[in-house]
Amino acid sequence: MPNRHAVLLFVVSTRNPMKPVNTAFDNVLKAAPEAFLKSWIEEVVHSGEGSSGANAKLAQNEARELLNALQDAVRNDADLTQFGGDAWSKTRAVLAELSQSRAAQGASAGETSYFVMALKKPLFAGLQQLISTDPQQVFDTVWAASTLVDKMAQWTATTYQRSREQVIKRQQQELLELSTPVVKLWEGVLAAPMIGTLDSSRTQLVMESLLQRIVETGAELAIIDITGVPTVDTLVAQHLLKTVTAIRLMGADCIISGIRPQIAQTIVHLGIDLQGITTKATLADALSLAMKRSGWIVSRAQAQG
Amino acid sequence: MERIPVLKMGKCLLVTIQVDLQDQMAVQLQDDLAVKISTSGATGVLIDISSLEIVDSFIGRMLISISGIAGVLGATTVVVGMQPAVAITLVELGLSLEGVRTALNVERGMTLLRRADGGDFEC
Repeated sequence: MPNRHAVLLFVVSTRNPMKPVNTAFDNVLKAAPEAFLKSWIEEVVHSGEGSSGANAKLAQNEARELLNALQDAVRNDADLTQFGGDAWSKTRAVLAELSQSRAAQGASAGETSYFVMALKKPLFAGLQQLISTDPQQVFDTVWAASTLVDKMAQWTATTYQRSREQVIKRQQQELLELSTPVVKLWEGVLAAPMIGTLDSSRTQLVMESLLQRIVETGAELAIIDITGVPTVDTLVAQHLLKTVTAIRLMGADCIISGIRPQIAQTIVHLGIDLQGITTKATLADALSLAMKRSGWIVSRAQAQG
Repeated sequence: MERIPVLKMGKCLLVTIQVDLQDQMAVQLQDDLAVKISTSGATGVLIDISSLEIVDSFIGRMLISISGIAGVLGATTVVVGMQPAVAITLVELGLSLEGVRTALNVERGMTLLRRADGGDFEC
């Protein structure tokens, strides 16, 4: 009995008819895969949007992989109008991989999406040969093919853009981390050399890492060096004041150094009140003040001849 | 209701805040400290807030007023061990705790109190 049951199931599943559109697609895709691929790649190269000679081989592999995924989906009777559905997940994955590798190679969004769009030419040519009688069916099939390819191209462009944005975000983060080191200058003296424009997110990051290092090392004095800050306006000054206040609340003291002559003039002209914050012209001056405060005396080992 | 204990060590009063400070408890602490300073004749108050992770403007103002009250009664107040996040929050709230002395840890706080009292300070 179980055997007969299984045979029955098998028969039912093979006889389950595909949608007419899917059948037409399947016939086109399996008719002459190599010729199909050739026509596709030719269209990409011909348009001038395609990849250069070195990448032609790679493009062919990508096209073949995409074609296989497409064929699988069509055979599984996936709904052509529902590209977002589960049945198309493999195709979407192939497209995502394609757009990510294109983005990494530096191809433009146009090139990447045109690679998918070029699929239309061989697909339509194949459909033309297969169906001819019923105009309604012809129209339905062509419409389905066009919509599907458009959606595939759209998906590719979206993924392409997303992967480019990820690259930009990662670079921003790296830049942010690179530009805010906190170094130990002397026993109980920390220094934070600021480089680049001070905005609120930068200040926040510097403040956090500086305060954290003060807690870790028990440093009594922090020097903020603004030699690398191109301009100081009222907003930047406010950020600096906040940092200094936070350091004082923690129980440490703060010196601001590296104020260039032009910046000193700007500060005075803008009427910024640095509220009794110790400021020095250079980092060396700040360090010598710090050492004097903590009772260090620096002298040469030998008088210079 | 829970109370924050105020410990006396020589001429110094020691307060360690180890729980989330409720407004009522803060007011109570302020009362207790005022009474304790005047009865014990302490010249220094050390408030350890190293376990305090959440502050609001009320707690910030309370620290300022405790410092003010102690000052009127002739004692120096030092707040020690403030967490970075707490310091940033207070700055963002616009409270710079003017007039409140701060130190990184209890040891440094004690040194500060000793110096403020002119040397003859026993703990």
